[in-house]
Amino acid sequence: MDPILPDIQLIAILPEIILALLACGLFVAESFIQREKKEQLGYYAIGALALTLLSTIPLWGKEISTFSGMVVLDSYALFFKTALILISAIIILMSFEYVKIERINLGEYYGVILFATVGMMLMPSANDLLSFYLSLELMSMSLYVLVAFMRKDPKSVESGIKYFLTGVLASGIILYGIAFLYGTSGTTNLGEISVFIKTQEIGSSPSLIMAFILMITGFGFKIAAVPFHMWAPDVYEGAPTPVTAFLSSGSKVAAFSVMLRVFINSFDLNSGSWWQILWIIAVMTMTLGNLVALTQTKLKRMLAYSSIAHAGYLLMGLIAASQIGYAGIMIYLVGYAFMTLGAFTVIVLLCRKNHRGDQISDLAGVARTNPFVGLTFILFALSLIGIPPTAGFVGKLFLFNAAIQGGFYWLAIIGVLNSTVSLYYYFRVVRVMYMDEPAEDLALSFSPGMKIALGFTAGMTLLLGLYPEPIIRAAIDSVKIFL
Amino acid sequence: MAAQLLFFYFGGVTIAGAIVAVTSRNIVYSALSLLVAFIHIAGIYVLLNAEFIAAVQILVYAGAILVLYLFVLMLFNPSEEKLYLHKQAKVGIFLGVVVLFMMLFAGYKTEIIGKGGPLTAQAVKEMGHTRVIGNALFTDYLFPFEVASLILLVAMFGAIVLAGRGVHRKKGPAGRIDLSYRDKLPKKSSETPEEVIVGR
Repeated sequence: MDPILPDIQLIAILPEIILALLACGLFVAESFIQREKKEQLGYYAIGALALTLLSTIPLWGKEISTFSGMVVLDSYALFFKTALILISAIIILMSFEYVKIERINLGEYYGVILFATVGMMLMPSANDLLSFYLSLELMSMSLYVLVAFMRKDPKSVESGIKYFLTGVLASGIILYGIAFLYGTSGTTNLGEISVFIKTQEIGSSPSLIMAFILMITGFGFKIAAVPFHMWAPDVYEGAPTPVTAFLSSGSKVAAFSVMLRVFINSFDLNSGSWWQILWIIAVMTMTLGNLVALTQTKLKRMLAYSSIAHAGYLLMGLIAASQIGYAGIMIYLVGYAFMTLGAFTVIVLLCRKNHRGDQISDLAGVARTNPFVGLTFILFALSLIGIPPTAGFVGKLFLFNAAIQGGFYWLAIIGVLNSTVSLYYYFRVVRVMYMDEPAEDLALSFSPGMKIALGFTAGMTLLLGLYPEPIIRAAIDSVKIFL
Repeated sequence: MAAQLLFFYFGGVTIAGAIVAVTSRNIVYSALSLLVAFIHIAGIYVLLNAEFIAAVQILVYAGAILVLYLFVLMLFNPSEEKLYLHKQAKVGIFLGVVVLFMMLFAGYKTEIIGKGGPLTAQAVKEMGHTRVIGNALFTDYLFPFEVASLILLVAMFGAIVLAGRGVHRKKGPAGRIDLSYRDKLPKKSSETPEEVIVGR
């Protein structure tokens, strides 16, 4: 028997191919560029991402399933791919100054970010347990490197090891879940698994339940849901700040995008009692994240707990298991990504030579000397709490609405109460920014890249709040594939 | 019957080797008992009619990776490590046993009703192992195969960046190489030992 090459339509992963090749090119160019001029590689990376974004344009509206059904290209995947390219570009924009201050201005930094982006972009298109697992690993492997990138800094190395060990453990657990799922259904294709589970009516099969528990544990690690969140605060604190922003926005968006496909497609979330496990996790995640965030004095740790809490809100959409819930997750993820990126940009601004600037007190009086920064931070805080007219409000509206329509009243009530709690700690930061006396040597490390990043994230947070119609329509169109 | 006996032998020695690898105080003993475990896993693969994977297991794990482990150990001049258990060890062991029994129960209770793939044992026997694997890898599993190569590329870049860069020759007496970076290396060395050496 000679091998028969299946019909492969490379166009389905065209953006990823372009980005991966350009990332390889970056590593080659890296050798020819002097240390002082490494910034050029950052511009190269921005250009690569722009080209990738352009290459998604001919793909809009197409529905392709290729590589023996392992990769699909649909509006759902494209929605996330576009968002992830933008996130990655913002991360690189906010890195220019930071890498110079922390003396990690190596070209590899940008290259590894690009590879992580390739992994993230492949995740929402993965329609097979194998392809999803490997794209997840590509993302995680790049992030392990990025977290430990400041290798002269013990904290960064420590967080790198912590992230590596917990991440590898989580990957192993996901792999165990995949093994159980494959053992039950005899196939790795998500579509076939879904058909199999529905026709055979084996929703209560022990190995299927085991697979679900193992998968939710593994994904819980990746999205930092309680009780699998322990790594997040330490890793977020130790990692270089732009990488922390990448972890809390990009990796979370990608993990949720693949989680939706895996859970909705393979497990029949509408029937059975899957939601009970998710309900408990969601409530614990929201509550613990918000309550612990109240006591933090370090900005990055506070945002780490706040990002844990946001994972809890997002799980509400999965519990509701309805069109509006899934669309809510998509809208909230995009809004959340921009507002967290914005908040982290403000932290990066504080970083200057010999001064890490990650305490809340470091923000003292910033709004007095830089009114624009103060205003944008208020905008991000409002959005993170979920107050109109911001992106966070639209997303939360959809998620709470989905919970109420699905009959999960308590969940919605707990969610609203938690949002109220979060008001305290976000506005404590705002108070410090406006009320406290500025330090004498206060100087923000502005650069053109930072200005663009801050302006863009603030603009998007406001735009998605004022005129959310296009994104709502795109999200609702995209989730039709699940119903 | 003979196959079953062999399975219990291979399985038992694998577990024993793994336990010694984790608990041994001497790091060289750990590495060597890991070698024992790897070779016996290859035996299990043979029993499962997967000769190709068995051969790869011996070549890659027992051969290449373990030798590199030992190289790294020799460079680090290993000393006896103090063995200690965390306070949570008891809880961890208890939960581990619970999860293990849940998994065994789930596996035992489930009827396998899923359909098999096209590569049955009969088909594999007719075509030969290596060929079947090659066919599958480069047709149906092309995508995971390529993504795996990207993962290895990133791992290599990462190891070079984290371990190799910035180790400069000190202008000290006799132009000796500054080895102070050694203090920082061991933490990362267990991850990708081969690149640590390449990177330097």
